Amino acid sequence: MALPSYAGPLERAWYYAFRVICGLVFFFLMMPILIIIPLSFNAEPYFSFTSGMLAFEAEAYSLRWYLDILTNGMVAPDEPFGRAWLADMWTNSQWVRALRNSFFIGICATALATGLGTLAALGLARAEMPYRTAVMSLLISPMIVPLVITAAGMFFFYSAIDLAQTHLGVILAHAALGTPFVIITVTATLVGFDKTLMRAGASLGAPPRTVFFKIVLPLILPGVISGALFAFITSFDEVVAVLFLAGPEQRTIPRQMWSGIREQISPTILAVATLLVFVSIALLTTIELLRRRSERLRGTAG
Amino acid sequence: MVDVELSDAIRLCDEGLIEDIDHAMLPPAPDGTPPEEDFIEGALQPCAVATITWSTIYAFNEEAFPEDGAQPATIADFFDTEAFPGKRGVRKWPKAIMEMALMADGVPPEEVYDVLATDEGVDRAFAQLDRIKDDIVWWEAGAQAPQLLADGEVVMTTAYNGRIYGAQVEEDQPFEIVWDGQNLDLDLWVVPAGAPNRDAAMEFITFSTDTQRLADQAKYISYGPARRSSFPLVEADMQPHMPTNPENMEKALISDPLFWADYQEELNQRFNTWLLQ
Amino acid sequence: MATTTLAPATAAASDARDGRGEALRAADGTPLKRKLERTTRLSRLRAFLLVVPLLAFVVVSFLVPVGTLLWRGVSSPTFATHMPRTTAVLAEWDGRAVPGEAAFAALAADLVDARESRDIGKVATRVNRELSGTRSLFTRSARRAERIDEGPFRAAIIDIDEDWGELELWRAMKVASWSVTPAFYLQALDLQVEADGAIARLPEERQLHVSLFWRTLWMSGLITFLCLLLGFPVAYLLANLPLKYSNLLMIFVLLPFWTSLLVRTTSWIALLQSQGVLNDVFVALGLAADDRRLQLIYNQAGTIIAMTHILLPFMILPLYSVMKTIPPSYLRAARSLGADQVTAFRRVYLPQTVPGIGAGSLLVFILAVGYYITPALVGGQSGQLISNIIAFHMESTLNWNLAAALGGILLVGVVLLYWTYNRLIGIDNIKLG
Repeated sequence: MALPSYAGPLERAWYYAFRVICGLVFFFLMMPILIIIPLSFNAEPYFSFTSGMLAFEAEAYSLRWYLDILTNGMVAPDEPFGRAWLADMWTNSQWVRALRNSFFIGICATALATGLGTLAALGLARAEMPYRTAVMSLLISPMIVPLVITAAGMFFFYSAIDLAQTHLGVILAHAALGTPFVIITVTATLVGFDKTLMRAGASLGAPPRTVFFKIVLPLILPGVISGALFAFITSFDEVVAVLFLAGPEQRTIPRQMWSGIREQISPTILAVATLLVFVSIALLTTIELLRRRSERLRGTAG
Repeated sequence: MVDVELSDAIRLCDEGLIEDIDHAMLPPAPDGTPPEEDFIEGALQPCAVATITWSTIYAFNEEAFPEDGAQPATIADFFDTEAFPGKRGVRKWPKAIMEMALMADGVPPEEVYDVLATDEGVDRAFAQLDRIKDDIVWWEAGAQAPQLLADGEVVMTTAYNGRIYGAQVEEDQPFEIVWDGQNLDLDLWVVPAGAPNRDAAMEFITFSTDTQRLADQAKYISYGPARRSSFPLVEADMQPHMPTNPENMEKALISDPLFWADYQEELNQRFNTWLLQ
Repeated sequence: MATTTLAPATAAASDARDGRGEALRAADGTPLKRKLERTTRLSRLRAFLLVVPLLAFVVVSFLVPVGTLLWRGVSSPTFATHMPRTTAVLAEWDGRAVPGEAAFAALAADLVDARESRDIGKVATRVNRELSGTRSLFTRSARRAERIDEGPFRAAIIDIDEDWGELELWRAMKVASWSVTPAFYLQALDLQVEADGAIARLPEERQLHVSLFWRTLWMSGLITFLCLLLGFPVAYLLANLPLKYSNLLMIFVLLPFWTSLLVRTTSWIALLQSQGVLNDVFVALGLAADDRRLQLIYNQAGTIIAMTHILLPFMILPLYSVMKTIPPSYLRAARSLGADQVTAFRRVYLPQTVPGIGAGSLLVFILAVGYYITPALVGGQSGQLISNIIAFHMESTLNWNLAAALGGILLVGVVLLYWTYNRLIGIDNIKLG
């Protein structure tokens, strides 16, 4: 998008103005995410930069909120560090417990969503699939229906069948919310899928199962993995269904953040948020690498 | 077991959602007074036993209104942004603030609920609220009120008195409570119907609501005990912080659970509509 | 897609029906037509079987719950279940005058039974929703109705409380006695149904929901517009930069997309609150006085700013994927044919981006109308949307029927938008990152 040589002065001005506008939008997108990182090292319980922080004084910064993530809720946080301290943290720290719940629920929901979603995507990608559009719209709908409606409905129904306030109930809810992402990513990979490869495999004598595991799966694997990551982040970040369905035993990280923001804002929230930003950076990097690999395999990389 | 407010306890009991509680299992006062006489009014319900009295008050930050200047002192001052400018924190819920609005408008505490049961009374309360509407920051969870005050988001706020006490004592915040126009309420123990450890729960209620135990809880937070015999056992330096301290009771309103059972729904709707305007 | 593959089969079938010559046969002697049909059916079945597990799962874990919610919006069996005799009498009653002795006798018996089974509170709550201030009348009267041993019941009950002689109360009971009722859906639209079936508007001081629906619509519209305004130039830039740079800049779009919603909402609180970063900057620059800081959060502005930020990637990504397919040579051709820059953009480029604008705008709008978390945390009072009042009725007032009715109306709106999306853009074209 280089500036053409015939551009007049007005066009030149617009060219630079346009880049400044885009720069501002990028700034708007990134700044809120980056600003919390330095703020989380604030030595004072404030949500803004103290004068000490701006002067880069070492004592204005501290790791106290990160320590608080570990110790909040512990029975004896002041004991010397050791096996007993770690055990106390593992069982009693509110954030650690929430993290364990988040991972347990997230992993189970992801497994369920990815398994069922991949299978369905294979069916949906087949040309012979009857009522394809209708079925697809139905399967994508959990992504579209407002979460409050879904969560309220689940609360009514799951309480009636004794699934409310159980891990299983939250896992089922999150799996339902995660499947649309798996379907979308896996079908997207299958769109560019060369079907002659399957026929070639079959004609060379491979049974269908071998064809699937040796040919189909390796090719769609990037799509399956990114779908799984999407399903995981959906569960890992979901709070409305948790608010309605979960009891105290199923508190997750977002649920803990929710009450933190609503009730007692402390920079601990910022420390947790900072850690979560790094989680998303890791996930994003994985997804990007997968996407590039998939494009390379299909030879569509530009 | 669950700790609930009086109006909720009555409603849960009516709907058969909580267990009956046998008052005979409760211990008498040390001097032998039976529990029926020892507990304060409303504290013994067919399905619930009160532990504490607490109060919705308003508190201000002395940094905004220092001692050498004029400080808010009456419930009317909360609604007077000319004399005391600045943002107000209010719980986003009609209960307590409606009563406060009427008392600020000069309705004596004992007439508040009669007035509020009429359409004109509700209009009158909203007219008071209109005066501060643009300056209100709404809060929903109890911990938010002292937080708003500490962060300087508001200069005064309605709050539960124990929350303000906590901030005064534990965080050394320069907050001051205005007891004028306070709304007293009770918190009670209830046991959900069909609870798996019902007997253990009942045993705990018996244990935790005796005279000494109720007095002891007041060491930790400034909520009043529900038994008369516990009053003298409360430590002297805690006495002035108690909502039931005679000095604080001069213009106090006892929250009426029956009124709220009847009018909650309608007032919620009107309150939310008013918020939207 | 299904139709194109069916075409050969149907073509073969019509050929055979025409009876043009001998029917073709497969190697094993069966008519080719039948063989082909069977293969098609089998592969259709095989494709469908792959989808069945998920379909069953989504139906049970998602569709049935949503259906339960819709049913809740019209179902109100409390009164009819616990006050059966009164319900029977009320069904016959014309609602013109306070009914007679038989109704009071039924009422007395039902009150006593409902109190014994500890259901009187539920009944009272239900009637109180139709006529405020009657809750304690029921619980109180039920206690005293036990002492009525024999008739005349009418006098005895009115003796407990003279409100029982009010026509208004009986009409409210009649409405409450319908176990399938339009009352909640009507209330969700600020209407109310009367005992004779007439529908009236609620008094003005209780008209809450319609204006909240409107607010949700216009705020979502504004947020969509802002996303388009901010997203369009960025998508254009990304689509026209060399891949090397655009891949790098794309991270700026994707990272927010992948970052937790609560993290982003928290950041906005840190930035916008009156003791927050932005206000500190304003004060330092002399743009605001220290004691008169700007109120940027806990109001409409807070909801709009934070939601625009959160939904912006949903606008940029579809716009980008459409713009990527527009060859830059079109614009150059227009310029070389004499169009000035503005005309070339408006007449040649813009029309080609319409599918992207449509996809992005619909997606952002659909997501915005149902938003709950962000308005709840940063919206204060004026920034609350319809989802927030649904959650409010679910959690605080416990009027689940009304919450369900409001949800039902919102759902109809969203489904209509979703249908439009499918029609215009196609469900296959949803792209993620």
